[in-house]
Amino acid sequence: MTALLEVSGVSKSFDGFKAINNLSFSIGEAELRAVIGPNGAGKTTFMDIVTGKTRPDEGEVRWGEKSQSLLKMSEARIAQAGIGRKFQRPTVFEDQTVTENLIMALKAPRGPFAVMRWKPTRDTDERVSDLARQVGLADQLDRRAGELSHGQKQWLEIGMLLAQEPRLLLVDEPAAGMTLAEREQTTALLRRLAETHAVVVVEHDMEFVRRLNCKVTVLHQGSVLAEGSLDHVSANPDVIKVYLGR
Amino acid sequence: MFIRKDPSILVFLAILALFTIGATLMSEAYGSGALPTSMIKVLGKTLCLALAALAMDLVWGYAGILSLGHMAFFALGGYMIGMWLMYARTGEIVSATLSRAAIPPTPAELQDGIASQIFGVVGSSDLPLAWTFAGSLPIQLILIVAVPGLLALVFGWLAFRSRVNGVYLSILTQAMTLALALYLFQNDSGFRGNNGLSGLQNIPGLTDVPQADISIWFLWASAGALALAYVLAAWLVSGKFGSVIRAIRDDESRVRFLGYSVEGYKLTIFTLTAMLCAIAGALYYPQAGIINPAELAPIASIYLAVWVAIGGRGRLYGAVIGAVVVSLLSSWFTGGRAPDLSLGFYTIDWVDWWQVLLGLSFVLVTLFAPRGLSSLIDLAARLRHPSRRGRDLGPDVGALREREAKA
Repeated sequence: MTALLEVSGVSKSFDGFKAINNLSFSIGEAELRAVIGPNGAGKTTFMDIVTGKTRPDEGEVRWGEKSQSLLKMSEARIAQAGIGRKFQRPTVFEDQTVTENLIMALKAPRGPFAVMRWKPTRDTDERVSDLARQVGLADQLDRRAGELSHGQKQWLEIGMLLAQEPRLLLVDEPAAGMTLAEREQTTALLRRLAETHAVVVVEHDMEFVRRLNCKVTVLHQGSVLAEGSLDHVSANPDVIKVYLGR
Repeated sequence: MFIRKDPSILVFLAILALFTIGATLMSEAYGSGALPTSMIKVLGKTLCLALAALAMDLVWGYAGILSLGHMAFFALGGYMIGMWLMYARTGEIVSATLSRAAIPPTPAELQDGIASQIFGVVGSSDLPLAWTFAGSLPIQLILIVAVPGLLALVFGWLAFRSRVNGVYLSILTQAMTLALALYLFQNDSGFRGNNGLSGLQNIPGLTDVPQADISIWFLWASAGALALAYVLAAWLVSGKFGSVIRAIRDDESRVRFLGYSVEGYKLTIFTLTAMLCAIAGALYYPQAGIINPAELAPIASIYLAVWVAIGGRGRLYGAVIGAVVVSLLSSWFTGGRAPDLSLGFYTIDWVDWWQVLLGLSFVLVTLFAPRGLSSLIDLAARLRHPSRRGRDLGPDVGALREREAKA
């Protein structure tokens, strides 16, 4: 199986602190992967590097069938290439309605002049209401996103992620601030998505990772400490030391 | 249609039409003469300032870029039309003088005559390179939008590409304005130094038409330009483009991760609004009659931001209301028409104290009524701001604040 995203030998330091240290990681076309690690293990920096927000000091990030390097591309180009990101805090555009948020995320030409000429069609209307239904916001379409509850904002952001039709989804702590029922919904959604997309879930919560029931990558001090099933990595003495030994 | 979504556009256009008809019926040229020609000119100029404020609202209120340099584009537009006005008008006078000679003048002689007339004041008689096309109205009309547009494009490209944001960008735009003003102040830069361009109220070819008529024509043109620009701006902000620029204002890094090139959008809106300002300036200075580099002083652009803030940022009508109210009040106070306020021990002379009053009201509006004068309209329309416990609508410095938002 060829990898969709291949990160090899990447390092990044901030003022002498090595946030990422010779990290290698790869994920296939339709795969669910959980990335776990203690605070400061480099999870967020890893996502920043993949999405183009941070440039690594060394190493290579390659994408897709043509193994295109992502290092020269801007955040916007990387997003257009098919990498979607969901932040830990819900970041939706609070001054705008649910519909406007979803329309902005819909896959469509992104240039300023194309966007000026863009008009809603029956297709896009259907797509928006379909997405809203999927994330349980069908009756909230005209409300401003700022008025939604924390959980609803999380769902709206997931809806926006789906609207982008990315091939790789980077999801940062999706379960944070969700109720038990919402967590179960989220797990089901992520597992369903992973049938057709590559999904990377960065998570703190071991219980949630267990529910995802997928391959796990453990990060520690900026590099991969262990990789495998959750049972396999929990049995790893290094992982036990990092997680329990302090 | 976007007008159906936002009926305030029709209300605005109706008020503007009523205002224009009213001014025409009270003018000396076409009506009762209740308004002197000088007042018609003030009203026409005010409409041009409102157009500039509209552009400022697009770039600051909607896209969150606090540009303190947009009046430079306004003045540049004025310079571009001023060059043609002055050249063509001087050409008429010079050819009238030379035609009395036995041999009709050659084009070169005519040009030399014009150049020494225009530039005698700065001790030169050569036509500078920048004036190459000054004799051609169509070319100067294109340059009105082309020169400021190109300057905005280059400046914006450099600034946005290096991701200069917030206060730093504001300072940079101020520096641009100041540099341009200092350049124009020099006698040898070819724009008559601190004398500026004058006699712009005399329209070539219309020597026999009285100023009363010309002033009302310019009022119509200014009202027409404002109406067109308002509809254009309303169309821009109502659609997906408006969504994206408001999103950039509130949280630009999130917009990047959606795949939009934030820099491209900022550059588009910055350049577009620079061109709108230039058109406003090209209509303003023939009514003012004179333009000099002092018009590019950084303070002018700060005033523009003050108008938009006092009117209410992020609503198109707010910018227009702010510009109209503040600039009319300002000309009333500084024109010496406001009665002095006697406090017994001290007499407040408004010509001196107007600036203090303006500064104070700017601070008060920012602190207590962030929606400015539009909050009166919101009161009538029963719009309220949401209760967000003091949180802004996004993490960026330009983001809409809680009390600017509509619930």
